Amino acid sequence: MLLVPCPWCGPRPEVEFRYGGEAHIVRPADPEAVTDEEWGEFLYARTNPKGAHAERWYHLHGCGRFFNALRDTVSDRFTASYEIGAPRPDGAEKS
Amino acid sequence: MGEVGAGGRRGVHSVRPLQRFSGFGLLRHAFRGHRDWRAQWRAPEPRAAYDAVIVGGGGHGLGAAYYLAKEHGMRNIAVLERGWLGGGNTGRNTAIIRSNYLCEESEAIYEHALTLWEGLSRDLNYNVMFSQRGVLMLAHSVHEVGISKRHVFANRLAGIDSEWLTPAEAKAFCPPLRIDGGLRYPVLGAALQRRAGIARHDAVAWGYARAADALGVDIIQNCEVTAIRRDTRGAVTAVETTRGTIRAARIGVSAAGHTSVVMAMAGLRIPIESYPLQALVSEPVKPVFPCVVMSNTIHAYISQSDKGELVIGAGTDAYVSYSQRGALWVTTEALAAITELFPIFRRLRMLRAWGGIVDVTRDRSPILGKTPVKGLYVNCGWGTGGFKATPGAAHLLAWTIAKDEPHPINAPFSLERFRDGRMIDEAAAAGVAH
Repeated sequence: MLLVPCPWCGPRPEVEFRYGGEAHIVRPADPEAVTDEEWGEFLYARTNPKGAHAERWYHLHGCGRFFNALRDTVSDRFTASYEIGAPRPDGAEKS
Repeated sequence: MGEVGAGGRRGVHSVRPLQRFSGFGLLRHAFRGHRDWRAQWRAPEPRAAYDAVIVGGGGHGLGAAYYLAKEHGMRNIAVLERGWLGGGNTGRNTAIIRSNYLCEESEAIYEHALTLWEGLSRDLNYNVMFSQRGVLMLAHSVHEVGISKRHVFANRLAGIDSEWLTPAEAKAFCPPLRIDGGLRYPVLGAALQRRAGIARHDAVAWGYARAADALGVDIIQNCEVTAIRRDTRGAVTAVETTRGTIRAARIGVSAAGHTSVVMAMAGLRIPIESYPLQALVSEPVKPVFPCVVMSNTIHAYISQSDKGELVIGAGTDAYVSYSQRGALWVTTEALAAITELFPIFRRLRMLRAWGGIVDVTRDRSPILGKTPVKGLYVNCGWGTGGFKATPGAAHLLAWTIAKDEPHPINAPFSLERFRDGRMIDEAAAAGVAH
């Protein structure tokens, strides 16, 4: 069981949360203007890295808020949590 | 005493004849004290170049090399495995085999695999212990009865054996099943595929490795691919590995949960995410469970191996991970579900639990075909159900690599379907049943 670091509630057990998938995926501002490739990429392509992963979490059974976190996908260890809209704390562009 | 694989070898391979297995041979070895069994495949040093290289030494990758050699005459090929053969998802699943999927494309690909399973032990001269003991898929609500019957009818239209059983018929087929009214989720019926079953997962990897080796395929373990080299036009030319550079104009990637990592070496982001999927086995007991039972509603599936262990599958964890272990609460929930359906197992102790890293697509269907990079082919996205597809995926990957175009069966499972929106939605059929 992971201990998920909620920025507002502190570390709480994983069962209180819902996982929201990869963070920082931005919906194209004008969907009509993008190609099929770009739209398919937005919908389905994921970095799925072996290492640092920026991801969204939702503290469903807690404060009820979304936030982003950085977690190593090999060790499952969290290194940071931060507010939605803030840049990645490690400065990497993609997760 | 052996038989050589068919001729047509090229290059400098020194191929030994296959030491064929038979009941008589076993007896002869017994009289000699079992002292002259040979290693079943070589451990060659990688050569500088091959016609084709398969990345990933699980059942899918080894099988692809075997079919490339056997059916397409390509003998100068290598399988590169990061760890040991079958040490990834081939050795980390619950060994269930079935073909009763919903969509026509899926029915074709999984039935292709099931048909190959039925002749596999004979084809490989290796007992993969394929046992067609039947897979029973329970329905616990009126709605699930409806959707299950739809699956049954769709399967029958596709020529796949599938039938609907009443609760009493299901209990007759699987006596440990509870069908009384005391269950939180009562059994209202079940879909049964009699040709479905289980196989010995290690034997599948070993059988393919042995047969491929006999045809001249180099199987190279402890050889992790670290980069993919491409020429000025973008076509692949070589892989960099922990055991040196290996040139190849065709590279087939069959790396399951690590596919994203390998494809990133060629600059590709693909539509899969990797999750831990857990399973566990009990202490061995006498034969008590005659078939495979799975339930989508309570999220559990169970069978008994030939060793006597109950093999129990849990669900995937919720988050992306490469850790090969999952949360305890996931397996605890699976055991709660199993012991409610089968109270006789309540006092069994669990011996081992493990996790595999499964590569999941959004429509729960695989990706098997060409990629935008010339000479690079991919077989991935089998998610929670790749073992059952082993011979079929291997056969179709070999075809795709040899012909540089997909076989009609795997053509719909292209990467382009995510651009074109031509999804093959098997979330219901594959949601639990691994």
